[in-house]
Amino acid sequence: MTRYLQITPLLLVLILFFIGPIIVIGVVSFWDYNAFSLIPDFVLTNYEELFSSGVTYTIYLKTLKFTLVTWLVTFLVGFTVAYFLAFHVQSLTWQMALFLICTIPFLTSNIIRMIAWIPVLGRHGLVNETLLGMGLIDKPLEWLLYSDFAVVLAFVHLYTLFMVVPIFNTMMRIDKSIIEAAYDAGANGWQTLIYVVLPLCKSGIAIGSIFVITLVMGDFVTIQTMSGGQSASVGVAMNNKRALLQYPAAAADAVVLLITVLIIVAVLMRFVNIRKEL
Amino acid sequence: MKEKDISTDLSKDTQNESETDQGRRKFLKTTAAVATGAAAMTGGFPMIWAQNIKNVTLRQFGTGVSNINAIPEQVKKDLGFNLEMTALDTDTTAQRVVTQPKSFDIADIEYFTVKKVWGAGNLQPFDVSRLKNYDKIVGIFKNGKLTPSSNIAQGTAPHTVGFAESPTSKAFATEETNWYTLVPTIYNADTLGIRPDLIKRPIGSWSELLNSEFKGKASILNISSIGIMDAAMVCEAMGAVQYGDKGNMTKEEIDKTMAIFTEAKKDGQFRAFWKTFDESVNLMASGEVVIQSMWSPAITKVRSMGMPCIYQPLKEGYRSWGGGLGLSRNLSGLELDAAYEYINWYLSGWVGGLLMRQGYYSAAPETSKLFMSDDEWGYWFEGKPAQSDIIDPFGSKLESAGAVRDGGSFYERMGSVACWNSVMDENRYMVRKWNEFIAS
Repeated sequence: MTRYLQITPLLLVLILFFIGPIIVIGVVSFWDYNAFSLIPDFVLTNYEELFSSGVTYTIYLKTLKFTLVTWLVTFLVGFTVAYFLAFHVQSLTWQMALFLICTIPFLTSNIIRMIAWIPVLGRHGLVNETLLGMGLIDKPLEWLLYSDFAVVLAFVHLYTLFMVVPIFNTMMRIDKSIIEAAYDAGANGWQTLIYVVLPLCKSGIAIGSIFVITLVMGDFVTIQTMSGGQSASVGVAMNNKRALLQYPAAAADAVVLLITVLIIVAVLMRFVNIRKEL
Repeated sequence: MKEKDISTDLSKDTQNESETDQGRRKFLKTTAAVATGAAAMTGGFPMIWAQNIKNVTLRQFGTGVSNINAIPEQVKKDLGFNLEMTALDTDTTAQRVVTQPKSFDIADIEYFTVKKVWGAGNLQPFDVSRLKNYDKIVGIFKNGKLTPSSNIAQGTAPHTVGFAESPTSKAFATEETNWYTLVPTIYNADTLGIRPDLIKRPIGSWSELLNSEFKGKASILNISSIGIMDAAMVCEAMGAVQYGDKGNMTKEEIDKTMAIFTEAKKDGQFRAFWKTFDESVNLMASGEVVIQSMWSPAITKVRSMGMPCIYQPLKEGYRSWGGGLGLSRNLSGLELDAAYEYINWYLSGWVGGLLMRQGYYSAAPETSKLFMSDDEWGYWFEGKPAQSDIIDPFGSKLESAGAVRDGGSFYERMGSVACWNSVMDENRYMVRKWNEFIAS
């Protein structure tokens, strides 16, 4: 009995602020709407319009592309940083100090970190002026800002830490004697990395991937700002509908996105039993 | 589906009518009190009514342009009561009027918004006979004509949705009546902004926005209802699309317009799209964009940052917009009197001066003259060269002596309006097509 009482507060919070809203979104996605009001109903038009519009597929493809590229880059960078921290830095004090340094950018809001790229990448920005000054280019590189490149760059900057932390965490728990055993058995550094360290970091990679994938799939601010409003994603489309008060249509978008992300997470879970690894 | 909803709105409103009648009677009774109150204000006698009204708080919301903190401060000083202001975006203001009529007393909205929301019956018309400066209001907000010989532009021209047939009517009157749906306050003529130092040649037509010379250096605003009008101005100027009425396009016209813009986007014509005032300023000031749709105060902001920027008059004319104050149906008694007092004060010059010195126009421009220096009046309204530095109401220097306002005088600018911001019958289709263009 006490056990149930003890989990009640958490349960209530989750029901009220997590499960409740999701149910509401699900219900509203079947409502009808006009320019100014929601009309409680059970219609499938929101989903029909969503699936019958070619734009939906374009933006899902685009969103998945951003997600995949961002995931790959954050994984490579995150794994390398975590590996350096866990295996190359020997003293625990230094490990902690460097780890904290990684989190420093997170002391400011992510909007500011994102916007800070604009004067760096702009036509008359830092990078272009420098390259022009060095004589490496004769006219400014246009693709640096307001492009897909800028979007991915901002994503990587914003989300790499979400990869570093869980991977670092699992690496720290790898028994050093296992690495020694690998060397003793004749594995070189590369083989140890691929066959020993990487499999042992699976859960950290999976957790980091879930963070990055869900964040990128649902993003609209970064894409809007860094592409100069020229790229659309699922989040941007949803936000547009919300701004036009088409809440049911936005809710239908949200439901489809939620299902998509849940499928991706489920696939990841097939590879790793996160609960066991925590 | 739309029709079904309007009918429910209508039935809701018949219920309200009896309440309104009561309200009207009450307000007739208090009219005398207002008159004495107003006299007390000017005479400076502390009358009981004047004491009473100090406890009134009017809640106003509206778009950012005219939600300036200086206004409530001056209301407190001049009228004695409180004004609370909330700044919202255009779509939210419309939603508020329809869905939360009790959440506001005064709605500061645009004419194309009132076209959408008037039918909901949550606004009550303003008794024009109680508007002191009605004779000073420009023709645009009366019969639609700036001067007797002016043509009326396409789109939702303010006078077409400016009057109600009766205090309870949900329909717009086709001519001047005693009932204003909105009391006009602010308006302006919009055009393209350019960076003359980076373009280095004269620009004279809307079609230049899609000129390949500015490939990767153009921008358009990503607010569908306004962006589509700019797009139409461009397509018409290019001779690519002929419109029956740019303010009320057919599906086919929308498709053609968006096809041209989608192609331009795919070719890399646009550097970015902007949604907020600050974004437009940054794009222009940084030189990322050299030609784009822009709002008048954004131009002055860029200039005050030291960058040359011109609000370029174009031969096809301007895209214009206007806004005004609407009264909530729930206002009655002392609050309603205070609202009438406030709106009369609004048009009596102080606010007009505040708006005109930022580059907007006041609905009763003459009254603002008293609150502007001759030089300011000459620069902003008459299009004369500035005699000394032009300073905005917040203290920043906008122009040096000798400068002339882009586009010239009030009559030159407002006289060449080609189209008003509007709501189309095919609005939902247009929004969908616009979003596809952005996502393409």
